[in-house]
Amino acid sequence: MNPNSADNLVIAGKSYSSRLIIGSGKYKDFQQNLAALENCNAEIITVAIRRVNLGQNADEPSLLEVISPQKYTILPNTAGCYTADDAVRTCRMARELLDGHKLVKLEVLGDQKTLYPNVTETLLAAETLVNDDFEVMVYTSDDPLIAKRLEQIGCVAVMPLGAPIGSGLGIRNPHNIRLILENAEVPIIVDAGVGTASDASIAMELGCDGVLMNTAIAEAKDPVLMASAMKKAVESGREAFLAGRMPRRLYASASSPVDGVFF
Amino acid sequence: MQIIVNDRQHEVDARSNLQQLLQELGITGGRIAVELNGEIVPRSGFKRCLLHGGDSIEIVQAIGGG
Repeated sequence: MNPNSADNLVIAGKSYSSRLIIGSGKYKDFQQNLAALENCNAEIITVAIRRVNLGQNADEPSLLEVISPQKYTILPNTAGCYTADDAVRTCRMARELLDGHKLVKLEVLGDQKTLYPNVTETLLAAETLVNDDFEVMVYTSDDPLIAKRLEQIGCVAVMPLGAPIGSGLGIRNPHNIRLILENAEVPIIVDAGVGTASDASIAMELGCDGVLMNTAIAEAKDPVLMASAMKKAVESGREAFLAGRMPRRLYASASSPVDGVFF
Repeated sequence: MQIIVNDRQHEVDARSNLQQLLQELGITGGRIAVELNGEIVPRSGFKRCLLHGGDSIEIVQAIGGG
């Protein structure tokens, strides 16, 4: 492999050097969010679409004035949507407010307690959005059949959960993630469930193309430091994957030769 | 006449347009999107877009989220 060739993440024809995508939720304030973003070198950041607060002070800065769409790729999500119709409507509003920007994160939830994806509604929404010229990065379960179906519909990336959103439980079913990776011809990005750096490394060591996380950074005691940890975790996990790990063995395999012992 | 903006009742002059409403609400610059009765109104169409009694308007922005 040419050591000079960039191992970039390509999504919908656009190349990114960072394989870490972060969210903008749950931070203390915009400044902390921006500091974390800068510290982890992420290039893509998710945002939510919500009503303007009509009583609000017009002088207060808005998120996109602090985290600029000129500098970062903004990835609007459909958080809070429980139906395909709401998700599609949200994406259309997002596209309008971002001047025709087509890249979206589709998530259609099925249950408030677990925030587990409703995959049947997700399939419907994905089809409508792809037909309406969106570039869809889709949050889904770790079901390999659904993941492949979403790819076949035309999603530009498939994003299986590691564990429920905000749970920090890590990669609960690495075997399913591997099955998804085996069949995939689009980037597979673990989205949801990452809790700490090793979780992100594990996802990358499996062969994932990237990791998306929000709570793992925002709810760390020191989010800006955790952002740095996550950057390194994603990079090291990726290098370990590309390096090709040693085999696992049931028994020991000595690292020092037996020949020449003098006792 | 009465209209609904972001799920709240709002009083506007008859024959107002959407641009006037946004100015009244202090939402001028900034990245927003507007839906009138379920249809997105592009920014270029705000001035031409006349409001009628009973209209339902949604005005959204990007905020922090995962």
